[in-house]
Amino acid sequence: MSETGAQTGGPLTKVLEVDDVTIRFGGLTALDSVSFDIREGEILGLIGPNGAGKTTCFNVMTGVYQATSGQVLFDGKPLTKLARHKITQLGIARTFQNIRLFRSMTVLENVMVGADAHSKVGFWDALLRTPRHRHTESESTTRAKELLKIVGISARHDELAANLSYGDQRRLEIARAMATGPKLLCLDEPAAGFNPAEKLKLMELIRRVRDEGYTVLLIEHDMRLVMGVTDRIVVLEFGRKIAEGTPAEIRDNPAVIAAYLGVDEEDAS
Amino acid sequence: MSAATTERTPAVALNPLQRLGLWWDGVVDRYNALPKLSRLLLVILFVLFCYALPLLRPPIITTNAIDFGGVMFSVAAFALVALGLNIVIGYAGLLDLGYVGFYAVGAYTTGVLTTYHWHWPFFLALPLAIAVTMVTGVILGAPTLRVRGDYLAIVTLGFGEIIRICVNNVQWLGASAGIKDIPHPNTIGKKPVPPFDPGGMFAIPHLKWNGWVPSLDKVHETHFLVFGAVDAIPYYWLLLTAMILVLLGDRLVKASRVGRAWEATREDEDAAELMGVPTFKYKLMAFALGAAIGGLSGSFYASSQGGYISPDSFPLLLSMLFVAAVIVGGSGNRWGAMAGGTLVAYLPERFRAFADYRLLVFGLALTVLAVWRPEGLLPPRRTRRAKLVEAQIDELEGEGVVDE
Ligand SMILES: Nc1ncnc2c1ncn2[C@@H]1O[C@H](COP(=O)(O)OP(=O)(O)O)[C@@H](O)[C@H]1O
Ligand SMILES: [Mg+2]
Repeated sequence: MSETGAQTGGPLTKVLEVDDVTIRFGGLTALDSVSFDIREGEILGLIGPNGAGKTTCFNVMTGVYQATSGQVLFDGKPLTKLARHKITQLGIARTFQNIRLFRSMTVLENVMVGADAHSKVGFWDALLRTPRHRHTESESTTRAKELLKIVGISARHDELAANLSYGDQRRLEIARAMATGPKLLCLDEPAAGFNPAEKLKLMELIRRVRDEGYTVLLIEHDMRLVMGVTDRIVVLEFGRKIAEGTPAEIRDNPAVIAAYLGVDEEDAS
Repeated sequence: MSAATTERTPAVALNPLQRLGLWWDGVVDRYNALPKLSRLLLVILFVLFCYALPLLRPPIITTNAIDFGGVMFSVAAFALVALGLNIVIGYAGLLDLGYVGFYAVGAYTTGVLTTYHWHWPFFLALPLAIAVTMVTGVILGAPTLRVRGDYLAIVTLGFGEIIRICVNNVQWLGASAGIKDIPHPNTIGKKPVPPFDPGGMFAIPHLKWNGWVPSLDKVHETHFLVFGAVDAIPYYWLLLTAMILVLLGDRLVKASRVGRAWEATREDEDAAELMGVPTFKYKLMAFALGAAIGGLSGSFYASSQGGYISPDSFPLLLSMLFVAAVIVGGSGNRWGAMAGGTLVAYLPERFRAFADYRLLVFGLALTVLAVWRPEGLLPPRRTRRAKLVEAQIDELEGEGVVDE
């Protein structure tokens, strides 16, 4: 299973490069000259205490915020000024820390919206029910159902997203993001609010997702989990990158230990 | 289809309007459960009934004080407008408060093209009127749809008024006198020769009712297919046909990636964008389609029985009524929107005797609706499902048995 995984430090292609990115909100520097890269086929952990700038990092990568300085390169090309949906179409997909599903659409439709990201079907195709429409529609339906099976909620595909349990909503977010056919899948605290057993299952899922050929960027608070699932880890604190390396290196890094010791119960748990 | 059945028997007490929604769900479910042939037959029967309605003149619903055919024409016009506005408000979630502006653009384009400036036949002017309205929609939407929410409501509100005021001041458009003698669509069959030859291919008698006993009314006949000043029914048929075509198109487009993109955008624009939906493009598409359908109705209105339009035909109040029709009926559900349009157009005509209290009653009805059923009479089934589950959860929480 894990042969497809990244060999740490190996000469692998960079999927995404965060190049000296700084972003300020008024007086607050949310990211301060942050640089790191993500390599094809790996699971990269992005960790740090609350407010460290992890979500902001996602937002810069997906075009929600424009970096004050620096840039993000995807497949070697800068993403600056690209519309958000274009970035998604290029191959970066994400989930949201605070779940943002299309609540009054069904579970299947939520995933279909993601699958539509590469659809060439337009108004006239739909109105005239062209072969292209029928073909694309059946293909995305199949794909969406597959993804729901992968994340384990296919039994609920006809349910409204709003009616799913909290955990299933998080799973649906992952399926929807995967449906856009990304090269890079960014998960923002997908295990937030899960109990330990659920967390383990989720990490299992993330590994499976990587084995499907996705590159994964994972924000997660739970240190043990991050250690267990990631190939490499980048640590942020107060908008600065304080460490980067394999889980083993990070575990022994005094700066990281200091950062996490200075954190209250909730964040560390 | 089947998931809804479990929610049909809620533990929560329902008010009459919520029961209406459940009843409608039942109707839809029973319809869906029928074999394909029976469904087709039912649809054909229903459509025929709609066409025949002004001829049948059923008791109670027929307006005796004023021409029933004319009432049915305006009912169909409102239903068509509601159908168009439902795409904008219901599907894409864009609050358009100036829809009457598009109605006016369609009407005036037709008026200008078919009267003194050019003398086009109606059916040539119609597509151009639709195109012009659509372009107007794009011109208005392109800058405003980039900005979010309330801004659009204000701009469209202004647009509705600006169109009216412009028309009022442009001599070329007839200014405040309006455009008179707009030609009717071409009669199919023999041309009528007043006063004795009514023309047309054949005559269809109406029904008249003595209590509940129908009999043929040979005095009042509708001549097929004469578009004249006497009979509104042929116009109603024309409009109904247009409405059915729009309805079919609406169905096809809604059940596709386009419909999903609209809904996703309405639900959460940022999330939709980040899932690869070009939200601006789809908002603009909804806005332009809505405009085009508004223009279509306006065009029919201009060349209808009266053949007269003026700035007074397009007051701001009409925009409000259009929006009310969609909201009252159930924004997001095409049947709901059409029902809303029907009610808003029909009720005032049926109860003309109470005309003085019209606005009062309207206001009261809206208040009741807002309390009992803020999502409208027939909102999309999914909205009803969600509301019901919510209510059940509230109920359970009240009893303190929710353990999540
Ligand atoms: N749009 C914004 N405006 C102002 N401040 C922001 C904005 N987004 C994030 N921040 C600030 O940036 C810092 C980093 O936030 P965030 O990236 O959400 O942290 P986390 O690592 O917990 O995900 C926080 O102090 C937050 O308040
Ligand atoms: Mg965060």
